[in-house]
Order: sequence, then structure tokens, then C-alpha cells
Amino acid sequence: MRTLFFLLRKEFLQIFRNKLILRMIFALPVIQLIILPNAATYEVKNITLSVVDHDHSEYSRKLINKFTSSGYFKLADYSDTYNQALDQVEKDNADLIVEIPKGFEGDLLRESETKILFAANAISGQTAGLAVAYANSIVKDFNSDIRSEWISPTRFNALPIIEITASNWFNPQMNYKKFIVPGVLALLVTLVGFLMSSLNIVKEKEIGTIEQLNVSPIKKYQFILSKLIPFWLLGLMVMSIGFLISFIIYGIYPEGSFWVGYLFAGIYLIALLGFGLLTSLMAETQQQAMFISYFFMLVFILLGGLFSPIENMPDWAQYLTYINPVSYFIDTMRMLVLKGSSFWDLRFNFLVIIGFAIAFNGLAIWKYKKTV
Amino acid sequence: MKNEIVIKTEKLTKKFGDFIAANEITFEVYKGEIFGFLGANGAGKTTAMKMLIGISKPTSGNAQIGGFDIYKQTEQIKKSIGYMSQKFSLYEDLTIRENIQLFGGIYGLTNQQIEVKGNGLIDKLQLHEEADKLVASLPLGWKQKLAFSIAILHEPKIVFLDEPTGGVDPITRRQFWDMIYEAAHHGITVFVTTHYMDEAEYCDRVSIMVDGVITALDSPKNLKERYKANSMDEVFVTLARGAKRGE
Amino acid sequence: MKQLLTFLTKEFHHILRDKRSLLVLLGLPIVQLLIFGFAITPEVRNANIAILDNAKDEITRQITNKLENSKYFDIDRTLINNEQIEKAFKSGKIKLAIVFQENFANELLHTNKAQVQIIADATDPNQATTLINYASAVIMDYQNDLNSQNKLPYTINSETRMLYNPQLKGAYTSVPGVMGMILLLISAMMTSISIVKEKELGTMEILLVSPMKPWFVIISKVIPYFIISLVNVATILLLSVFVLGLPIEGSLFLLIFSAVLYIFCALSLGILISTITDTQQAAMLISLLGLMLPVVMLSGYAFPITNMPIILQVLSNFVPAKWYIIIVKGVMIKGIGISQIWKELLILTGMTILFLSISVKRFKIRL
Repeated sequence: MRTLFFLLRKEFLQIFRNKLILRMIFALPVIQLIILPNAATYEVKNITLSVVDHDHSEYSRKLINKFTSSGYFKLADYSDTYNQALDQVEKDNADLIVEIPKGFEGDLLRESETKILFAANAISGQTAGLAVAYANSIVKDFNSDIRSEWISPTRFNALPIIEITASNWFNPQMNYKKFIVPGVLALLVTLVGFLMSSLNIVKEKEIGTIEQLNVSPIKKYQFILSKLIPFWLLGLMVMSIGFLISFIIYGIYPEGSFWVGYLFAGIYLIALLGFGLLTSLMAETQQQAMFISYFFMLVFILLGGLFSPIENMPDWAQYLTYINPVSYFIDTMRMLVLKGSSFWDLRFNFLVIIGFAIAFNGLAIWKYKKTV
Repeated sequence: MKNEIVIKTEKLTKKFGDFIAANEITFEVYKGEIFGFLGANGAGKTTAMKMLIGISKPTSGNAQIGGFDIYKQTEQIKKSIGYMSQKFSLYEDLTIRENIQLFGGIYGLTNQQIEVKGNGLIDKLQLHEEADKLVASLPLGWKQKLAFSIAILHEPKIVFLDEPTGGVDPITRRQFWDMIYEAAHHGITVFVTTHYMDEAEYCDRVSIMVDGVITALDSPKNLKERYKANSMDEVFVTLARGAKRGE
Repeated sequence: MKQLLTFLTKEFHHILRDKRSLLVLLGLPIVQLLIFGFAITPEVRNANIAILDNAKDEITRQITNKLENSKYFDIDRTLINNEQIEKAFKSGKIKLAIVFQENFANELLHTNKAQVQIIADATDPNQATTLINYASAVIMDYQNDLNSQNKLPYTINSETRMLYNPQLKGAYTSVPGVMGMILLLISAMMTSISIVKEKELGTMEILLVSPMKPWFVIISKVIPYFIISLVNVATILLLSVFVLGLPIEGSLFLLIFSAVLYIFCALSLGILISTITDTQQAAMLISLLGLMLPVVMLSGYAFPITNMPIILQVLSNFVPAKWYIIIVKGVMIKGIGISQIWKELLILTGMTILFLSISVKRFKIRL
């Protein structure tokens, strides 16, 4: 026990003397939380329109107005032909082409149907999909406006209409930041826990001080603990800073209990640090350790649902998420912050993360041999 | 005069695949001796030593260090020995005092003992001014002396030194050996590997390893007589001439 | 020349012997590409939903069936009362809840009006919007089937055309991004670390003392990563075309030319970083903070730049990856030519020159 204390003292002395790490610990959360939620705009707005109006009628103009006043769209240009509009898209001046055919108003008046063409720059499939979805809902709205304008109420309900009301729960203002911030918090903790810890042991290997420790009567668990504990504390500290910044800048705080969050983060860090340890033990140089950790981290984070929902991924990717500790953390943070999920709600996640913690650390302990 | 045997090895062997790095090493070291473990680079010295200090498992053979078995009692061995590695392995980003406290603590000294012995060490090396400076700021020769002093801080039975005097001037080396003498005088057995043949003269007995095998083991005086040499240098050259491994 | 070759050989030995790192250097792009190409799609599939059916009549059953059969939805559970809805959401398993009013069929057929409520978990607002849209579409479809004899008057139909990427493959937007990020990371980060490592170990001094010109030392460190990056470009392009089915609409030559230019830019950035740092740890951390994060966040890789606050849009101009991604999207997917891309190419060239000049200056002072 005393030995552990001495080792910990050494670790902390080394960490706090390392100005670089200190700056990182504070700079990282601040920068990430400031930039990422602002940059990560999934919100699709200011979709630039290129309108090709062959009709030039009152109703075509009304429709165009509806688009521009919706808040989603911005009129970039009026083109005379479809090809001209295409040109605009090629130049990245327009995202969506709306082509209104000749006879639009006429066809409508004669009670028959008419058609509009949407052409979207679909390089980003998600943006295009949403742009078209918004466009369609505007047209639908316009359509029912016309109907109620031209048809007397009784006839209107001559046909069965299913009335759909939609509501958004947990994030009624559709605040994207609320979605991103918990994910960023998870990312922060992951970076500190994983990246930094895996470099740590390798550094001792590279320099040679690890040999000195191996020759001494230090027990395995003491060595491992002395490496885990400091970064565990750092990780939790970073998360606290993160919570603070989220609150100050975005006014976001967990609907659920803080303690659940810290408890999960604590276990999560143990798991992650175990994995970092393993990496450290397997790598020979700092460079290798860094490559390997960067590789795994990137894959875990990308597949973890930070940027895009796991449910949309193909089956094989979804199966991978089951063994991805990061995805559980991101999930937990989101549920905690936005829905106020309780410990009981999250019990499955807890179980899994405890399993990871035991597995990774067990492997690390087994692999670390003072005698080779 | 029967002296206590502190290191005893019997046909200690380490193989890496087909390569036999250390081949049936057999010898004994007595308490208070300064035992020089010599050989050219690549002869197998460090491999052998790593087995003795418990960080490398032998392929075959037996050994007792300080009375403890090398297979089953490695942790006890570690408590009773001291070690100074080739790279001096002090923590450069800790101060002298902090290094003393760390290793003192690791080897189980009480806070009071650490305080007393630490101050004693600082006094002896006359490092009062540097005591709270980072080790990185010390010149090489001081680092060596410091590393040695810390290695024997807990008064181990045996201290293992792996090429401890690389890269310093002859005067500093001489001072270092003075420290070794003093430690031996206090009953600490010193097991030192080196390829400086002049240092061999300072030892009570030396062994010379060539290609993984001990080809000679005796006091420097006897070896020089036997091989009709004027210096250990000559002894070594004679023995190592046929060596296949090394420089 | 011969000196350069000698040093080059040394560098290659370093890299080739470090099999683990090599694996990552060459394998990472492949993994990333496959993940981004296949896994990150905007398509919605098998979203778990819950049904609260207060009517349990023929029509609600039919609508429920229709939802179940659609590829978008999977009915995870049926609820009994309103209280259960919130719990279901909190458990995290449900993304959408559909609530039918009591006497649904009766109301619909006799008063021509019945209500259904779609409740979405708006944690991910985009997903919510998309799911609501799809659910509405399914229900509307059912309604149209009911009314198939009697068409609603005054109907505006819309036809949608997806340009460049008719199948809405996620790869189209991710491949350029992956290229931008990987090349920057490997060229800049690895180069800087390789140079700094020698500084840290002390062997840099040895190299500098040798008769070899110091600049040659740097070049010999840079060339291997240049080659690895080229290999990666080839790998990425081959994978994108043959595995992910991306087109190369524009000139292949232009594509490769811009890749080479971008690699130069990244390498010079790596050299610059190496003149600022002394330890590998520092180089890595600066690369992380100064490279990877900005590239991921601000280059247009993950999120479109046009939606960001102005200040971030300005910042993004300093990220080389941003310009490169524009070039790749343009040349590869839209098929535009040099006449429309020259501005971006010029910017990349300018950045390269800037980085190199700063490096040269610092090099002379510090190293």
C-alpha cells in the first residue's frame, strides 16, 4: 500500500511537471466544446435554391414565396432553363433546383393534377434527403392551402382524412447542440483516457525506467494501479470541466442525475485505461502506441454513433457496436443529458461497461510480466 | 575462512529459440566480494545478469540469490537486491530528493529512514545545492554516483551493476569505484558487469564470458599468472581471440 | 545524391521494420473508407418504433401492418397506455411512438376525420424529422389507397431527381473527406513525429554532423511518407471505384495531380510542426489538436461548412483539407475541370510555400 502511494506521487509529479499535458487537459475540452457543437450543424437550413419558373403565374410566384419565407430555403438565382440551373449546382451556388412547369396554374385551376420537379445536389445524401423532405412538406402545405381556399368546407371532408400530428419529445426545440454536446463530452473523456494513458507506459519502456521498476519488489497490481489512477482522475476532471463549459456556454446540463453520469464515466474510464494499458504493453515505441491507439480510437468513435445514428448502419456495423465501448458511453451520455434516464434504465449499458473493464484490465494484468 | 555464499548458480542457461545466449553458467559469489562479470559485447553478460535479478526466466539450470530460489522466489530476491541499469534509470523529470523518496519508499523504508538515509546520501555526495533540482540537470558522472547510492539505499545483500561507468572520465570512474569499495566493506556484495578491463583489476574475483560460456573464473592476480599476462587486458584478449560473437 | 540514397535507405529500413506502424499506415485508410463508405449512410432502416393503439380495429391494424412491412420501421413493442410512452423512450430502445385515437375506424369512416399522433425522440433532431416524414408518408399512402377511387382535387405532385448520387450513397460525401483526412494525417503527423523522434533520441545531432546537408536529412525523412501517401491515394481510389462504386467523372490526371499537390502541402505542414516541437509526445498532441480535430470538424468532412457560424467558416479557410475536399468532390463526382478548380489549387500551392518558408527560417535558427 505504501508502495502504491510512492508510485502515485511519482506519477503525479511527472504529470504536473509536464506543461504540455497540463495545457492539453484544459485546452482540449474548451476548444472542442466551443467549436464542435457550433460546427456540427446537422440542421439543414439556408438551402440555396435555383428556381426555374416556366409558368410565371400568380400561383407559381406564391409557391416560390412559400419556399423563401419558410426559413429553410434561400433563393440563390432564377434560371431560364434547367440546364442553366444545373450549372449553378455544379458551381456549388445552388443546392436544390425547383422547376415549375409551364401551365402550372392553369392545370391546377382546371382541377387536374400538376407536377413540380426537384433536383438536389445529392453528394451529401443526408442533406439532399432532408432538403427534399422539407421541400415536399412545403408543397404539401401549399397544396392544402389551395384546397381549403378553393373548396367549401363540407366538400372538403367528403373524403376520409387521417390527421397526423407530430410532436418532438426531449428536445422540442430541435436543438442540435443538445444532441452533439453529450457526444463531445464522451469524446473528450475518451481522448484523455485512452490516448494519453497508452503513451505513458510506452514512454517508460522507451527510456528504460521500466526495467528499474521491474527489478524492484513492486507488485504487478501496484504498478498497474499507479498508471491507471492518475489518468482516471484526469479523465473525470476533464469531464467535470466539460460539464461546466456545457452549462456556461450552452446552458445544457443533465436532466438525469450527475452521479449516474460520474459512476458510468468512472467505470468507462477504467475500461478504457485498461485498453490503453494493453496497447502500451504491446507497443515497443511511443510512435507505435500512438498509431495503434489513434487507429482504434478513430474506428470506435466513428462507429460509436457520434456523428451519425447507429440504427442506420448496415447490420455488420451494428454488430460491431456491441463490442465498442465508446458507443455505450455516447449513448449513456445522451440518454442522461436529454432524457434524464435513470440508473435502472441504463442497467444494460452499465453491465456491459463493467464487463469491458474487467476484460481489458484482466488482459493487461495477465500480459504484464515483470519476468520475461 | 568460510564465507557465506550469496550467489550460487548451476548450469544456468538461457536460449532464444536455437540461439544459446548463456550456456550452463556455473559459479558462486561470496558475501562482501566485488565480483566482476566480464566479457565482450554480445558475450551474454547482460542476459545472464537479467536472469540473476529476476527479470528473465532461465531456460534451464538453477540458481539461488541471497538464498532465494530464482524460479520460485523472485519477489523475495527483488527485496534483497539493488540494481543499477545500463541507462542509469533515474527519473529525469524528478528531483534528486524525489528520486530518493520514491525508491526508498518502493523498497520499504520508513519515512524516517528515508529522511535520514537521504540526507546522508546528499551529504556524502555533496549535492546539497542540487538536491531539489531535476536529475536531468546533473552531469553524467553525478548521475552515476547518484544511481549507485540510491541502488544501495535500502542496504541490500547484493547490488547488481550493469556497465555502470560508461562515458565518464577516469577520475570520475575512480571515484565511483571508491564508492563500490566502501559498499563492499560494509558487507554488500557487488556484482558488476563491465567491458573495461582495467576495472577488472579492482575486483576480488572476475569471470570472463566468451560466446555465452564462462571460460575463466579467478582473481585477477591468478588469471594474469596463469595466462602469463601483464594486465587483464591481455588476459581478455587471449581468451576472447577465438570468439565468434561480439564486436 | 548517393548520400541522399543512403539516408533514404535508412529511413525505409526504419519504417519497414516497424511492422505494426506500417500496418496502421496502410490499413487505416482502408478501414476508414470501408466504414465511412458502408456504415455511415443517411438511409433510415429498421428504426424501432412503438405502437399505442387505443382503437385496435381493422384500420389501425392495417396501418400497423403497413408500418411493420416497410423497410424503415420495426415494431419493437405495443404499449397499453400513455404513461408507458415516456418510459419506452427513456429506455432508449424506441425512436418513434405512434398513437391511434380511440374508435379510429369509426371516426374515420363516419366523420371523415381521425387522429393519429406521431411522437419522435428528438435527441437526434435530424433522425426525428426523417422518421416523422417516413411515418407520415406510410400513413398518407394508406390514406390514398382508401381513397383510390376518389382522388383529392387540386393535387400537386412532385418528382425528385438526385443529382450526381442517385442512390444516395454515403460514400460520395465521405470518400473525399477520408482522402483529405488520411493524407493530411499521414503526411503531416507521421512526418513530424519521425523527425522529432530523431531529435528526441539524440540521433538528429549525428545526422546533422554528418557531411550530409541538413536539408537532405529532412527530405530523406519526407520521401518515405510521400510514397506511403501515394500508395494510400491509389488504394483509396481503387477501393472507392471498385468496391464502393464511386465514379470518376472528371480527369483522373487532374485528380492525381491535386492529390500530389495536397500531399506536398501536408508534408510541409509536418515539417513545420517538427520545427516547433521537441518531443514525440508534443508532436503528437499538437498534431491532434492542430490537425486532426480541425480537419474533422471544419473541413467539410463531417458537416457542411455553409451551415456554420461565420467565424468558423472563416477559420475553415485555413484548413488545407477543406480546399482539397472541394477539389475532389468537384473533379471526381461532378466531373468539372481545371478551369473551375484553379482557385483551390492555387490556394493549396500558396499554403505549401508558406509552410515551407516558415520551416526553413525556423530550421536555420533552431535546429
